[in-house]
Amino acid sequence: MKNQYIYHSGKILPLSRDNVDTDQIIPKQFLKSIKKSGFGPNLFDAWRYEDVGYPGQDNENRPKNDSFVLNQDKYKGADILISKKNFGCGSSREHAVWSLMDYGFKVVIAESFADIFYNNCFNNGLLPVQLPEEIISQLFVLSEENKEIEIDLIEQIISCEGNKLTSFDIDPFRKQCILEGLDEIGLSLKHAEAIKEYELNRSKVAPWVFNAYE
Amino acid sequence: MPKTLYDKLWDSHQVAERGDGTFLLYIDRHLIHEVTSPQAFEGLKIAGREPWRISSNIATPDHNVPTTDREKGIEGILDEVAKLQVKTLDKNCSDLGILQFDILDKRQGIVHVVGPEQGVTLPGMTLVCGDSHTSTHGALATLAMGIGTSEVEHVLATQCLKASKLRNMKVVIDGELSPGVTPKDVTLAVIGKIGTAGGTGFAIEYSGSVIEAMSIEGRMTVCNMSIEAGARVGLVAFDNITEEYVKNRPFTPKGDEWELALSQWIELRSDDDAHFEEIIYIDGSALKPQVTWGTSPEMVIDVDGEIPEANSESIQHALEYMNLEAGMKISDIKLDQVFIGSCTNSRIEDLRLAAKVVEGKKISSDIKRAIVVPGSGLVAEQAVEEGLDKIFVESGFEWRAPGCSMCLAMNPDQLGDGEHCASTSNRNFEGRQGYGGRTHLVSPATAAASAIEGRFVDVRELF
Repeated sequence: MKNQYIYHSGKILPLSRDNVDTDQIIPKQFLKSIKKSGFGPNLFDAWRYEDVGYPGQDNENRPKNDSFVLNQDKYKGADILISKKNFGCGSSREHAVWSLMDYGFKVVIAESFADIFYNNCFNNGLLPVQLPEEIISQLFVLSEENKEIEIDLIEQIISCEGNKLTSFDIDPFRKQCILEGLDEIGLSLKHAEAIKEYELNRSKVAPWVFNAYE
Repeated sequence: MPKTLYDKLWDSHQVAERGDGTFLLYIDRHLIHEVTSPQAFEGLKIAGREPWRISSNIATPDHNVPTTDREKGIEGILDEVAKLQVKTLDKNCSDLGILQFDILDKRQGIVHVVGPEQGVTLPGMTLVCGDSHTSTHGALATLAMGIGTSEVEHVLATQCLKASKLRNMKVVIDGELSPGVTPKDVTLAVIGKIGTAGGTGFAIEYSGSVIEAMSIEGRMTVCNMSIEAGARVGLVAFDNITEEYVKNRPFTPKGDEWELALSQWIELRSDDDAHFEEIIYIDGSALKPQVTWGTSPEMVIDVDGEIPEANSESIQHALEYMNLEAGMKISDIKLDQVFIGSCTNSRIEDLRLAAKVVEGKKISSDIKRAIVVPGSGLVAEQAVEEGLDKIFVESGFEWRAPGCSMCLAMNPDQLGDGEHCASTSNRNFEGRQGYGGRTHLVSPATAAASAIEGRFVDVRELF
């Protein structure tokens, strides 16, 4: 189900890279699952552990890469991820969003996002926030200082210790969907009559589209 | 008002405005594979919903299937988790009556090879699939895009995609390609020029004399990697080459319907004065074979180029991961494996090209493994008929059964830690082809020639 939050406060995990791809967020061997849950322990698996991960293993006892931010005590409990350009590029795997959420991330902030990943976020209630490079740089400094930031989705404001850092843009409808956890399919099905009408017309114009299987 | 090809396809499929600035776009075809569909089918079931139009859906398993021992069918999948996923696709398709080319069907293959091959993908259609390389199908003047699993469920339930209109970008590739320079080199050069986020938010239409002269297979290679430039949609206008390709395929309309279809398809091109927000020009005559050196497809250089200086954190990371140093020549890279396959380069034309390069030669003794994975059972059948499999096997390649294979290495075909691979696939991300694996994206011609030498060579010397 969708997250239903309007105000979130948390620590920041800094991932100082461009082009963080969905293969890094959740490597392919974990995509064999037919579920949406349980991906958290394998989030960023190849960067996070020093051995090769496989599904169903005991992740607690695996050797960890101490230099990776996710493993550093300083960032324990951080649930706001910040990164740079083109976050979530590559494969369309929605498992990337499921992994981030299963791990506990509530918000992902980046200079830019890949299109499919960005849509996948909203379809699961993970808030993606796009901000200019100079604000991202400030957030990296705040994460270094281990500060908490507050994200007010209603007012579309990010602040730190009560001081406003920036406002951010978000599509009003998508904002509503995240706030209220709306059922996208249900909303689209309100247009069922229009879909049927379109279909009837298209079947006259392009009947081959509607041919039954060979 | 003059329209682009993308505008025309969009306009002819717009069903309704949802009142939030997004639209419902009618989906003519929905392709399904085992990895991104199980959660969508489950979601549908939990909500008590039925698929809107069963015959719009066509499925085939590709990501997880092994490329050896295929006569064993699903039982040949040794990984129990992967086996369950393929079985789940079987069950969902049979429960709902969705047509599937299953693991034992000779029409099975990589979903993006199978769709066009069967005529399931047709000009003027909208097509989606839970896979980012769905942009491939744009080569047939089809509005095709990759979607996530929630969207797969949405399309199953409503026959529509919730979408916002993309902006229009035109990439013009003029001139004429030199012998040995291929569509793969074209697409890598485009990505090198505009970057992996250069096409974000855009539909890219490819045009110019190079594209006009290109086969549909080649156009598919170019459209396929649009997503590596950030664009969900790649397109090429309909022309005689498209018509010839589409004609007489199993799902292609016949008789009067064919004539009706043709009369509509000839309109599938951008109007002369249509507006593009961005236009990129590339001189096709000046293009050289391309090789990626790093961990993002934009980290690409000419085959005779040098590894760049580490002037950013990303480049530094990439150099370390790839174990390369600035100033090295591409030809200094020693190769361990060679992979010819993937939805980018596993069609018959790709195999013919690679076979021509290796015919009568042996792969280098430094190469630990070189595999050819045809894109579908029918591509394999055609290749065998032409004797290509023999040419590959005689030169030391392994001839495998169809699937995604080492492109993403979900099946047993993987790189070892630290191994360098010349790969005709589409992504050189860290670990993509196996934990610690180092991928170099190249054309089938370059991959084949490099297998012979054990290091990268300028394939133009052979043509």
